[in-house]
Amino acid sequence: MSANLSALFYLISGVLFILALRGLSSPETSRQGNFFGIIGMIIAILVTFLSIGNFSIGIIYVLFFLLIGAFIGALVAYKIPMTAMPELVAGFHSLVGLAAVFVAISAFVNPEAFDLGEPGKIKLVSLIEMSIGAAVGAITFSGSVIAFLKLRGIMSGSPIIFKGQHFLNALLLISIIILTFFLCSVQSSNLFWILIGISFLIGFLLIIPIGGADMPVVISMLNSYSGWAAAGIGFTLENTALVITGALVGSSGAILSYIMCKGMNRSFFNVILGGFGATEQSSKYQNKEQKPFKSGNAEDAAFLMKNASSVIIVPGYGMAVAQAQHALREMVDILKKNDIKISYAIHPVAGRMPGHMNVLLAEANVPYDEVFELEQINNDFANADVAYVIGANDVTNPVAKTDPQSPIYGMPVLDVEKCKSVLFVKRSLAPGYAGIDNDLFYKENTLMLFADAKKMTEDIIKNL
Amino acid sequence: MEIDPTIFRFSIFILSIFVGYYVVWSVTPSLHTPLMSVTNAISSVIIVGAIIAALANNTENILNSSSIFGFLAIILSAINIFGGFLVTQRMLSMYKRKKK
Repeated sequence: MSANLSALFYLISGVLFILALRGLSSPETSRQGNFFGIIGMIIAILVTFLSIGNFSIGIIYVLFFLLIGAFIGALVAYKIPMTAMPELVAGFHSLVGLAAVFVAISAFVNPEAFDLGEPGKIKLVSLIEMSIGAAVGAITFSGSVIAFLKLRGIMSGSPIIFKGQHFLNALLLISIIILTFFLCSVQSSNLFWILIGISFLIGFLLIIPIGGADMPVVISMLNSYSGWAAAGIGFTLENTALVITGALVGSSGAILSYIMCKGMNRSFFNVILGGFGATEQSSKYQNKEQKPFKSGNAEDAAFLMKNASSVIIVPGYGMAVAQAQHALREMVDILKKNDIKISYAIHPVAGRMPGHMNVLLAEANVPYDEVFELEQINNDFANADVAYVIGANDVTNPVAKTDPQSPIYGMPVLDVEKCKSVLFVKRSLAPGYAGIDNDLFYKENTLMLFADAKKMTEDIIKNL
Repeated sequence: MEIDPTIFRFSIFILSIFVGYYVVWSVTPSLHTPLMSVTNAISSVIIVGAIIAALANNTENILNSSSIFGFLAIILSAINIFGGFLVTQRMLSMYKRKKK
């Protein structure tokens, strides 16, 4: 196949990828979008085979390794529980990053295969593109591995901070730029390996100071990085499909990071520099005197809900941890039979990744038109009878509106306190991620339900 | 004077960023998780480079240093392609409307 023809086909697969993202504008068109994406991928792979055109023994190896990967991927996709989606996505990011590093390495070792010159005499532009692809890929890889370990709970979710951290990161970043510069003039492979090594280190250092609940931003950011890495490789390989895709994914991740930061009213740099909710911050609030609060049991909760005419459910990360989404939907089904109006209110940063709560509710067969975003539903709290807060905390804290001293001041919050009564399911009065007390606990109309989210919901079902 | 092909690709790149910007803003927030998994899948089109690297040497010696990295990259991106698209499919099939 001629180079021009294959370039056209790569363009087609790029366009199909754009349509794949376009499909996600509504759930109805999304499945078709995903189908476009698959077609685009098939075209890209077939065209690559045809343009090489040399069906030596090598192709058997390629197909063999492709099938191994396909098998692992399919297995993971079917086995993974929906609650583990954040760590799965982080894991996938790490693979994209590492693949980019590997492709960059093979282009560096064997530039003839890609028409980039000879070893030691690689075209300058290609060398720069290759270095960028490899460096960003390596940062994506090690950063995603740390994010994965934190989300999986293998590594503690609390931020790891040490003196001179930001200085060290800045130093490493500058050294990467200098290394790239020298690499271009001397083309030594040792420099290339050092470059990759330092990039791995930066990815690692960049993510360890960031705490668990800031993971939505981290995942989005790594998503963006994986896109830029792919684009860098796309320039090296002179491949349009890869350039288009890299740009799409890069801007997609950047937009998601922006939305997540806005959901917390924090700047991107504030999140990236890390250390939020670290021990020093929370200890400040610990020696406060105990304020009075009301606590109740499942029976009280069931009574309140049965007599309500509308109930708003506010899910958070705690629901994911307790896997309470199915019990929750059962409870809602009973309430609906009693003609009680139900809606769900989702804060943009609820959970550990963008859209986390929506996926879990969808898994539990909650129709998506009962689920609302913050701006859509916030005015409805004043007219609702009961708010059932299950596993959320900071995103309901009225302090964000009233106390300019608070670290979360200015963050958009759900106006849960405006409900006639609030049922707050929580294991203890412990402060949330931001390390601050939630004023909602002590409101006149709040009833604390101290229990595991799933167990409490099941108990309420028994009492309904 | 002839224009450097890199400039062409750079133009495509910049325009694609804009396309991505507008397309992604139109994605409904409830589908942000599938958005991440599908972007994962499509960015694994990097497999194209992996295949070229793996098949670069048509000699007997298939396992030289360059193609080994190619083969490794093929496995990684194949996991991502199949895992990414299938898990997206699985998630999207769960989004249902209210039964009327």
